[in-house]
Amino acid sequence: MAHAHAHSHSAKRYTGIMDWLTTVDHKKIGILYLIAGGLFFGIGGIEAILIRLQLIKPMNDLVSAQVFNELITMHGTTMIFLGVMPVIFAIMNAVIPLQIGARDVAFPFLNSLGFWTFLFGGLLLNLSWIMGGAPDAGWTSYTPLSTNDYSSTHGVDFYTIGLQIAGLGTLIGGINFLATIITMRAPGMSFMRMPMFTWTAFITSAMILFAFPAVTVGLVLLSFDRLLGANFFDVAAGGSPVLWQHIFWIFGHPEVYILILPAFGIISEVVPTFSRKRLFGYSSMVFATILIAFLGFMVWAHHMFTTGLGPVANALFAIATMLIAVPTGIKIFNWLFTMWGGQIRFTSANLFAIGFVPTFVMGGVTGVMLGAAPADYQFHDTYFVVAHFHYVIVGGLVFGLFAGLHYWWPKMFGRMLNETLGKWTFWLFAIGFHMTFFVQHFLGLLGMQRRIVSYLPHQNFDELNFISTIGSILMGIGVLAFLVNVVITARKPVGAPDDPWEDGRTLEWSIPSPPPEYNFKQIPLVRGLDAFWKEKMAGNKEMTPAEPLGPIHMPSPSILPFVMSLGLFIGGLGFMFSTEDFSNSFMSLIFNKYIVLIVGLLITFGAMIARSVHDDPGYHIEVEELEGEGKA
Amino acid sequence: MMKRWQAVKRLLPLMAMFALVLSGCGREDLSVLRPQGPVAQGQLDLIKLSISVMLVVMVVVFGIATYVLIKFRRKKGQDEIPEQVEGNHKLEIIWTAIPLLLVLVLAIPTIQKVFAYGENDWNNPEAVKVEVTSHQFWWEFNYPDYGVRTAQELVVPVGKKIAFQLKTNDVLHSFWVPSLGGKMDTNTEGSVNYMTLVADKADTYIGKCAELCGPSHGFMEFRVKAVDDAAFDKWVAAFSEPAVLPADTALAEKFKTNCLSCHAVGDQGGAMGPNLTGIGSRETIASILLNDISGKPGTKPTKDNLVEWLMEPQAVKPGNTMPNPKDLGFSDEEIEQIADYLANYKLDY
Repeated sequence: MAHAHAHSHSAKRYTGIMDWLTTVDHKKIGILYLIAGGLFFGIGGIEAILIRLQLIKPMNDLVSAQVFNELITMHGTTMIFLGVMPVIFAIMNAVIPLQIGARDVAFPFLNSLGFWTFLFGGLLLNLSWIMGGAPDAGWTSYTPLSTNDYSSTHGVDFYTIGLQIAGLGTLIGGINFLATIITMRAPGMSFMRMPMFTWTAFITSAMILFAFPAVTVGLVLLSFDRLLGANFFDVAAGGSPVLWQHIFWIFGHPEVYILILPAFGIISEVVPTFSRKRLFGYSSMVFATILIAFLGFMVWAHHMFTTGLGPVANALFAIATMLIAVPTGIKIFNWLFTMWGGQIRFTSANLFAIGFVPTFVMGGVTGVMLGAAPADYQFHDTYFVVAHFHYVIVGGLVFGLFAGLHYWWPKMFGRMLNETLGKWTFWLFAIGFHMTFFVQHFLGLLGMQRRIVSYLPHQNFDELNFISTIGSILMGIGVLAFLVNVVITARKPVGAPDDPWEDGRTLEWSIPSPPPEYNFKQIPLVRGLDAFWKEKMAGNKEMTPAEPLGPIHMPSPSILPFVMSLGLFIGGLGFMFSTEDFSNSFMSLIFNKYIVLIVGLLITFGAMIARSVHDDPGYHIEVEELEGEGKA
Repeated sequence: MMKRWQAVKRLLPLMAMFALVLSGCGREDLSVLRPQGPVAQGQLDLIKLSISVMLVVMVVVFGIATYVLIKFRRKKGQDEIPEQVEGNHKLEIIWTAIPLLLVLVLAIPTIQKVFAYGENDWNNPEAVKVEVTSHQFWWEFNYPDYGVRTAQELVVPVGKKIAFQLKTNDVLHSFWVPSLGGKMDTNTEGSVNYMTLVADKADTYIGKCAELCGPSHGFMEFRVKAVDDAAFDKWVAAFSEPAVLPADTALAEKFKTNCLSCHAVGDQGGAMGPNLTGIGSRETIASILLNDISGKPGTKPTKDNLVEWLMEPQAVKPGNTMPNPKDLGFSDEEIEQIADYLANYKLDY
């Protein structure tokens, strides 16, 4: 491009596909996360609909029992790790630097690396469908079912290696956002002036930092058991299957809060904007968020009430679990009282945010019920639990994500999503959602256990399952309406105003939509909570700058993150098939002698060395260019 | 006073629905909502208490939400800036303290019951001991005090404590009889579990595996048949009688060399597969084909079920380890004869 002005150094800038492969711009990485997350969300959604179609009537044989177990495993794994996590990262990438008045994240190169490792990990996991069978031991992959003795395809290897690589991306992303939020806030933005979404992203990143190492360890142990003949979970050799459950849930339960906290943050942005009021009880919201995160690490064993940990452990974990209701309740009431006395507008973003509140409350109350351990002996592993966690993750998180996407879409793409279609999306999705999952509470209580490929008639399950399946199809149509909306919107010209909702409160609404690659021509001075709203109320159209206009230093684009991740992908495949018996002598040479593994690792380490020895000072955008853009 | 009555009137339909949901719902031999023993009853009481507390919470939240959404809609031409309220200490203390109180209300019975149901009756001389061993995809029940080792259908005396020792032979499973009580996982050696259940009246209850254990996880059911003391003693005695073999000696020989290498009848055979003693009296074949002797809906004659199973076990329960009888050299006719023999192999109790 012709932008390469002569400062002390110039950098190569790419166009077209190379631009996307090499970008380190948080806004573009956000879009990449959104596309990739959307893709996996679609795959997970198709798996969900297949599951529901299989269960539409008793003793149905749409899919075989083996394929059904692969579907449920991949649906759960894909949705959690590859569907909603990346969309959360998409919104965090698109919004956090703007909300704190920064030009990018702390480590733009790492940001790109985090995305590509996630994508390659996700692709690897999904390759299992066409490479000999998907994992089939549930997303929880309990041993011994997930060991070689009982899961003889490479499915679970795809799970361990794919998640390991994708999890690396999440960990990198979490560390990056921690550093960004701690170090890169605009002058005047103290911690207690951070927007609520930034707070939740901050706490979520901290939780990622502590929770993901646990699953990393677990996946290493399981892949060693499967591929190198270790005995961590082999009882005969002194291992313990219960150990896997602990490791998995020490990660798995915080993961639930890693997912839901950003949704809380989104609701805390959308509701105030469309009520034209500041967030009620901001400081108690912050306090509640931190408390939820802390308690989130203290309750993992409530997933194991029926494992047989004994009454003392069960009692303690039951009480800890119920306590989470208190900070969560604080949040719910704060949102309601934010709307109290406000002027509520029912935009599609706000519909999702308002819909979130009762739906999440329903998921929350069943959560407390599940926390009562003796009652959980009945609920556990039934459709009651399935209903509960879908109320929390879909009715909570996915509603939140839809709210966030509708809300920040103009900021991300410079185009407003169509409001009519947005409302259709909401109503179809919300009605479909409650149809699908409300009845599942009763299925569980009537005696239907989860993860079953089919059920006999005459158990009172038939009608409820039928309703549930119809609901899931409605949800699917709702998602299609959203996709249509995206396509229609993408064909419109860019032209959203800076502050498209007119009542934007935070810094991202003070700059153009979409923002220029450097975000802020001049870093703004923050004079209080809801910095932009404060300036608007003082009669100012813009933020007061905290620095004079000067050349802006930018990081260079780089293909290396892509290459590193590709290397991990190749190495992962090599490791996975290292124990395979190939009939082909060439294949057995390159896999069984670890050649593919070594080549993959060499690519990754080579790229790391290239990154280390090459001095990359980045480049500058000069003042003339900034002013030129300002005039145009 | 009038006002309060109005509120009650408004809540009545809700309470009626609640009552309806909790009373008539589901099968007596399967539903959590229709407990048939003290453990399931106690657990349902806790469920009811928690639902009631949670309904209160929901009514409050939904009520405030509805009011807010109606009252504070932005009206046409409304342009003034609403008052920017920072918070309210009094309110915030209220909605921290009341949930804490509600948690306390729920926590006390929870802890009481955790300890009550956590009691181990394995060494209680009053209790009937049953060792449960789960397999992909069937259940083995061993009564150490009676020398009885049966499968798929657990026979227990009514009103007595049944002390279960639970473990698995392969992957994890979970032992669940919804109408008698909550579930407990069957773990591997080293983390063996104990649980106590009681059946209040004579009936046959449906049990299920509640932990993903492979392709046929959904088909891994079992039955708990509660009978009176006399019948239980009679059953034990009948079970311990010498094996009954097929009358046709050639068939009996074939049955012995093939089937009895894994299965057992009476005092003969192996223990790798489910014990077949008195299989004609059981309510299911392979736990998923329902026999007409139960008198329940969706059943077929026992012999038809046996034929269906023996003709192709993988079609009934994918992933199970039983070899296909045809591969063992049984003809269709012999399968018919074996089915006939097994269907008539009944225990008198």
